[in-house]
Amino acid sequence: MKKVIISVLVMLLLMSMVFAGCTKNDEPSGPVTIKFMTFSANPESGISLDELKTVFEEQNPGIKVEIETLGYNDYFVSLQTKFLGDDAPDCFETNFENFVAYADQGLLANLEDSISASDVDLSILNQETVKAFNLDDTQYGLPYSFSNVILIYNKELFDQANIDYPTSDWTWADVDEAGAVIRALGEDIYGYLQPIQFYEFFKAVAQNGGSILNEDKSAFVVNSKENVETLEHMLSRINETNIMPTEAQLGGMGEWDMFLSGRLGMLINGVWAFPTFTEQAEFEWDIAVEPGNTQKATHFFANGLAVYAESEKQDAAFKWITFLSSSEEMANFRLENSWELSPSLYDDVLDKYTKVTPPENKVAVFESLDYLITTPAIVEFSMTADIIGQQLSAAVSGDKTAQEALDDAQAELESKISLD
Amino acid sequence: MAIRKHRKQNSFESVKNASFLLPSFTGFLVLSIIPIVLTFIISFTSWSGLQKLEILSKVFWQENFIGFENYKEILTSGELIRVLKNTAYFVVLYIPLMLTGSLLIATLLNKPYKGAKVFSILYYIPVLTSWIAGALIWKWVLSPEYGAINNLLALIGIEGPGWLQDSKWAMPGIVLASVWKDVGFYGLILLGGLKGINTMYYEAAKIDGASKVKAFFKITLPLLTPYIFFVLIISMINAFQIFPQVMIMTTDAGPNGATQVFVERIYKYGFRYYEMGYATALSWVLFMIIFIFTSIQQKVEKRWVHYEQ
Repeated sequence: MKKVIISVLVMLLLMSMVFAGCTKNDEPSGPVTIKFMTFSANPESGISLDELKTVFEEQNPGIKVEIETLGYNDYFVSLQTKFLGDDAPDCFETNFENFVAYADQGLLANLEDSISASDVDLSILNQETVKAFNLDDTQYGLPYSFSNVILIYNKELFDQANIDYPTSDWTWADVDEAGAVIRALGEDIYGYLQPIQFYEFFKAVAQNGGSILNEDKSAFVVNSKENVETLEHMLSRINETNIMPTEAQLGGMGEWDMFLSGRLGMLINGVWAFPTFTEQAEFEWDIAVEPGNTQKATHFFANGLAVYAESEKQDAAFKWITFLSSSEEMANFRLENSWELSPSLYDDVLDKYTKVTPPENKVAVFESLDYLITTPAIVEFSMTADIIGQQLSAAVSGDKTAQEALDDAQAELESKISLD
Repeated sequence: MAIRKHRKQNSFESVKNASFLLPSFTGFLVLSIIPIVLTFIISFTSWSGLQKLEILSKVFWQENFIGFENYKEILTSGELIRVLKNTAYFVVLYIPLMLTGSLLIATLLNKPYKGAKVFSILYYIPVLTSWIAGALIWKWVLSPEYGAINNLLALIGIEGPGWLQDSKWAMPGIVLASVWKDVGFYGLILLGGLKGINTMYYEAAKIDGASKVKAFFKITLPLLTPYIFFVLIISMINAFQIFPQVMIMTTDAGPNGATQVFVERIYKYGFRYYEMGYATALSWVLFMIIFIFTSIQQKVEKRWVHYEQ
């Protein structure tokens, strides 16, 4: 009998240990504590928000911030389980793709009232980045950071080839011409590299006057004439002129490694490459606004900040995200840590930013903003990008022609996604 | 009285036994049974996987119930055929290669020679290696220009294919990596089988003048069939569920979706496209397919599996 009682007691103890993790801690009394989840500041990037948290808490004595940091790869699945497990943070960082899905599912607080009631000046923010987090004329998030894509070039290869450096007026034709001259410098020297994937394609079609969606965004037009022409042109740089290396010629080498090896004339890449290139490139390099064809179009990756719709501490959470988005402290912090760009455009911070070289022509980063286009705000954005990306890879591998690949993408998008 | 006491003791006994089972049963209930039932229920909804799952609320059902719509879409969209084709391609290449490889390793390790133990450890190392590390290494091994395999092929005058960058060769590339990872494990199971074969059969065959090859086909293979059967069932189920190698070696399901497989689709629908209802329906379709194949294997088992009497 004793044994039975003991074994049952042990069992209960074990089970209580198992379920102990499921109970919720009571909120501490006193100042409001808000939870914030982020992926961009993490130990791997060597950046911690603790310093800013202290500044914010000093400015707002009634609010305490608890920061949870997760790596990008685990971030969105974790956030998803937190939504489901009733453990969502009061505010969090999100990328653009998930932002649209979250807003569609009603997970994000409408910030309109908070913005009009607050005394914070949001006009300091780059308005394109603000617009990115506005859906159906409602602001559901604030921009946190952005990184835009530019043309990066190896000055020494241009000197060797005895041609002029790229300028902001360059078009595709200039790229092709310069690319061919650089390609001729050596068997394993290439003129240009622009990965053929969704984001590059979506921007390149805009440079050629095309688009993924029709004007009123009610239908896909992936296989339009302009788009097919764009893809054909991109492919010809690999298969015909070979100014761009084939997958086999790249041989699994990353784009950055290729550029750093000194065998690549021009690379389409983002501002996030600057710290590494500055540190590792053994040659001089600079940047220019990305060339267009019939028009210019540039793209950026923007991360935003949002408040959870069911949070009970929305006011405090809004204050924190406004601080992260638009305060001068944050803008300076980003600059000092050569982190992604701040969406807030303080003149003195910008001035300091442009003075940090290389690249010499840092103003091109801001010039690029004049031609900004944003990815289509559709709920099934990830699926759209995957479907198009897959067909692009079929075209690159030569399994399909540009026309076939885009026809197939169009058919699959139409059957899988309804846009109303 | 004595009987009653005995009964009482018996029931105490069962309570006691049950209480010992409870911890593992709790885990099984919470982590397996409940999720299985839930995925079945969710598969009839359009639940995104983002909003709370209020399965007992009427509103949830009004908003999300769609009947057999998910299953209908799976069965009518071209995606299922594509995924099935890719998975079948994998299974057809992987199973024979893996089986021959494991059999070879088991036979080699069964010989009593110096260093057999060292080799058995060497063969088992890939099994213990995480898929992340293994897949990254294979990405390099299969690199068209700088990879080991194409360089070896070049030595004998063959121009290697583009492997993971080529829609026809991406899946064979994945198969090579998977065979490398798994032969050690299945080889060990078959080695266990070989060690269990009574040497008296071989002695008798030798006396009767049977050659070594004949002895292998007439004694070793038939007596090994229960083990081969086990390996076949387990590896088939695992093959239908390939995932990490595909996700790491060919990030977005390869060129032209060449390595798009079931679990990759389930993961993407559930956690990237936020269509959890569709993802759960897809996982039930996968379950049915595995169930059918395993049943067929068990049905034909009697025809070729010999159990030693």
